[in-house]
Amino acid sequence: MLLKHTPEKINERKALVINPAKTCQPIGAMYAALGINSCLPHSHGSQGCCSYHRSTLTRHYKEPVMAATSSFTEGSSVFGGQSNLIQAFNNIFTVYEPEVIAVHTTCLSETIGDDVTQISKKALDDGKIPDGKYVIHASTPSYVGSHVTGFANMCNGMVNCLAEKSNVKCDFLNIIPGYVEPSDMEEIKKIIEALGVKYIMFPDTSGILNGPQTGKYSMYPKGGATVADIKRTGDAIGTLALGKTASSLAAKTLDTKFKVPCEIIDLPIGLSSTDTFIDTLRKIAGTSVPDSITRERGQLVDIITDMHQYFFEKKVAVFGDPDQVIALTGFLVDLDMCPIHIVTGTPDKKFEEKIKKITESVPYEVNVKAKGDTFLLHQWIKNEPVDLLIGNTYGKYIARDEDIPFLRFGFPIIDRIGHSYFPTVGYKGAMHLLVNILDLLLTRVDRDAPEESFELVL
Amino acid sequence: MITDLKILKERERQVYLKGEEPFDMKCDVKSTAGSVSQRACVFCGSRVVLYPVADALHLVHGPIGCAAYTWDIRGALSSGPELHRKSFSTDLTEKEVIFGGEKKLYQALNELIEKHSPKAAFVYSTCIVGIIGDDVGAVAKRVAKEKDIPVIPVHSEGFKGTKKDGYQAACTALLKLVGKGDIKGISKTSINILGEFNIGGEAWMITEYYKKMGVEVVSVLTGDSRIENIKKAHGASLNVVQCSGSMLYLAKKMEEEYGIPFIRVSYFGLEDTSKALYDVASIFKDNTDVMEKTKILVKEEVLKIYEDLLFYKKHLTGKRAAIYVGGAFKAFSLIKALKFLGMKTVLVGSQTGNDEDYEILRDMCDDGTVILDDSNPIELSKYIVEKKADLFIGGVKERPIAYKMGIGFCDHNHERKTPLAGFKGMYNFADEVYSTVMSPVWKFCPIRPELYDNPFLKRGIL
Repeated sequence: MLLKHTPEKINERKALVINPAKTCQPIGAMYAALGINSCLPHSHGSQGCCSYHRSTLTRHYKEPVMAATSSFTEGSSVFGGQSNLIQAFNNIFTVYEPEVIAVHTTCLSETIGDDVTQISKKALDDGKIPDGKYVIHASTPSYVGSHVTGFANMCNGMVNCLAEKSNVKCDFLNIIPGYVEPSDMEEIKKIIEALGVKYIMFPDTSGILNGPQTGKYSMYPKGGATVADIKRTGDAIGTLALGKTASSLAAKTLDTKFKVPCEIIDLPIGLSSTDTFIDTLRKIAGTSVPDSITRERGQLVDIITDMHQYFFEKKVAVFGDPDQVIALTGFLVDLDMCPIHIVTGTPDKKFEEKIKKITESVPYEVNVKAKGDTFLLHQWIKNEPVDLLIGNTYGKYIARDEDIPFLRFGFPIIDRIGHSYFPTVGYKGAMHLLVNILDLLLTRVDRDAPEESFELVL
Repeated sequence: MITDLKILKERERQVYLKGEEPFDMKCDVKSTAGSVSQRACVFCGSRVVLYPVADALHLVHGPIGCAAYTWDIRGALSSGPELHRKSFSTDLTEKEVIFGGEKKLYQALNELIEKHSPKAAFVYSTCIVGIIGDDVGAVAKRVAKEKDIPVIPVHSEGFKGTKKDGYQAACTALLKLVGKGDIKGISKTSINILGEFNIGGEAWMITEYYKKMGVEVVSVLTGDSRIENIKKAHGASLNVVQCSGSMLYLAKKMEEEYGIPFIRVSYFGLEDTSKALYDVASIFKDNTDVMEKTKILVKEEVLKIYEDLLFYKKHLTGKRAAIYVGGAFKAFSLIKALKFLGMKTVLVGSQTGNDEDYEILRDMCDDGTVILDDSNPIELSKYIVEKKADLFIGGVKERPIAYKMGIGFCDHNHERKTPLAGFKGMYNFADEVYSTVMSPVWKFCPIRPELYDNPFLKRGIL
């Protein structure tokens, strides 16, 4: 009983987070930056931050994760980190030779008042940034938002520091895929290509964090959005942003700066959200949906019809990042399941309202909290048990203590593999999710069935 | 120069090839800004050292990240309470950064102590706390008085040095407990085990050895430890210090304050484990029983595994290893243990070694071995390829680098779950090295297909 300390009685906690359902901004910024080709993320702060983020991303992706750090000392935190950062630019471009350095700040550098925009500009003016090389940056203090907003800020940094408008008429669409797995980014590209839509997607971690075994260690694996492409995003006919929390900021900046209109929709996780995604794409690009996609959708619906009785009224607890949780909750409702306890750690004003709306038809009381933690989720589950728990690896404590089937979904997943290779977006992704959910539910039925009703055919 | 690899100018003296003259290793310095260092921070150092204290409350005072990244990441086992495995954070937000976080800290401590009734509380200061100037000490004092338990501030602001300084901050925190307990009835033949964190149950194993030798273990710092035992640590006659980087400071302080002598040991490998036990036994020479029992113990334990080790040796002889670890002391034992298995160390480096450490490493290594301080993935991968290593021993960030290059990997850091200490640990280590170095997967990798009778190679696929 690892969580034996979790009491059933819920007291309001004001000053305290227990077993968080989020982490800090910089790691999200680092992940986003890894989605640019030949980019070295740079953490402007103490060495530990960079090390923790790299370790966590490494555990999640089982891939080398590279990033540099300003290595703050007591001196730099008194006199400011400008000289560290400028020295870092020089060292990085000389030794590691990336095309871009993507700087994100930390709580330390923000609080002492380092202005990375100004420092980067100074470096450029002083000729410290070689020709053809770029520095982009984002402000990501750890005491604001969460890893998701950190991702959003770095995406915004890409637009702010790189995007241009050339006034050449273009016919492509910008896609901001949201804080999703490399496998998801790959699937999103596949769908867009199947619809025959021209596009630029950024960031794009596919290929970088789910690359093949090559026998070589490469600091900048093949893959990622290229600088040349991100520069062109100011010329696009529009931007399709997936997931409000992670992607809307950059989409809006493209709109205000370059008059590129944007559409912000939910992540295409599950049936209805994927429908919306495909429909939106179809409308923007003025194409029709190809048979291959229609067929995939049909297969998904076929699986649901075949197995719908097993989903009926199953209670589910979900925790994770807002964009994922919103889309997934919608899918669970589509499946006739009952998501009743829903938590995100990320502060998000609209989250609770949105979930309430999605779960209107659920015939039970639904608990929902933004800025919550898994301790609270566990307490809810103790008071009203569920048939399935969905969340990142840290859910395994609750699953074990309460003996609940557990589906790993979200970030981080540090005790299983698969998330980098099998998408959860699109119809294919939904099928994958379904199969996993069913497997968990039916394995439980088999486990608990008394001998006489243990069935071969389910 | 060893190769044409670009090395940061500032780092040139942190890379050395055994056999070259002069030996003038630069170490113990801050990492250069912009380097992809594998190092961590002060907070990280404190957190890993104190983490295994299982009946204490560990509250991270800072934004959420620092608590999130250190939530249950160590394989340090507890035989009882599991309070240390939860993640508690004051989750500082903008408001507190501007107006101060003392009030929130006070509230959080109160809530937690009421809920969990811990035996003591450690409050870790993170970067931001050092900048906004919260008086953590004052809050701790107030709560300690109100709740009548020790509330100990750990001064672990990330930027105030390296991981090593974090070890020292942790030791300083522990020193506030040592000396507070009743030491009546503690035997003269008694020790504290320092720098042993009970990864995969290692401390249990080693405590068992000492028990069999007739030596009383007063406290283990900090593997599976309890506040009560730490308070009594000054009752021991000897401090036996492993992983010298983290606990040497505590040992020295305890020598100053309580007159307790210390010795440095390693429990890794047959040679070092035996030496550790014999060294302790010889200190208690008045009690002749101890040495006798130690000899019997060592013989028994070695016999249990010796034959198996010869099997591994037969297969591993001639294989080449690269080592990159946190503290250099670990590397010494690893080199010896690998040698025992017939393996050659072709690269060795550490994050935090000092002059003395690197001299020892130089003397231990054969000509041609690359020695590195505070290295980065580019250097490591370059030399691993050049030196044709078959195995990489390191921590979490190095594992995928090894695998990408198509060579075996062994985790010798705190993330592993198998005990590698003691005699049984040597067996586990050999087994792990064998399983990874000899894995058939490497023959499907493009790196060195010539090593195998490879069908892909024959078909010209690789």
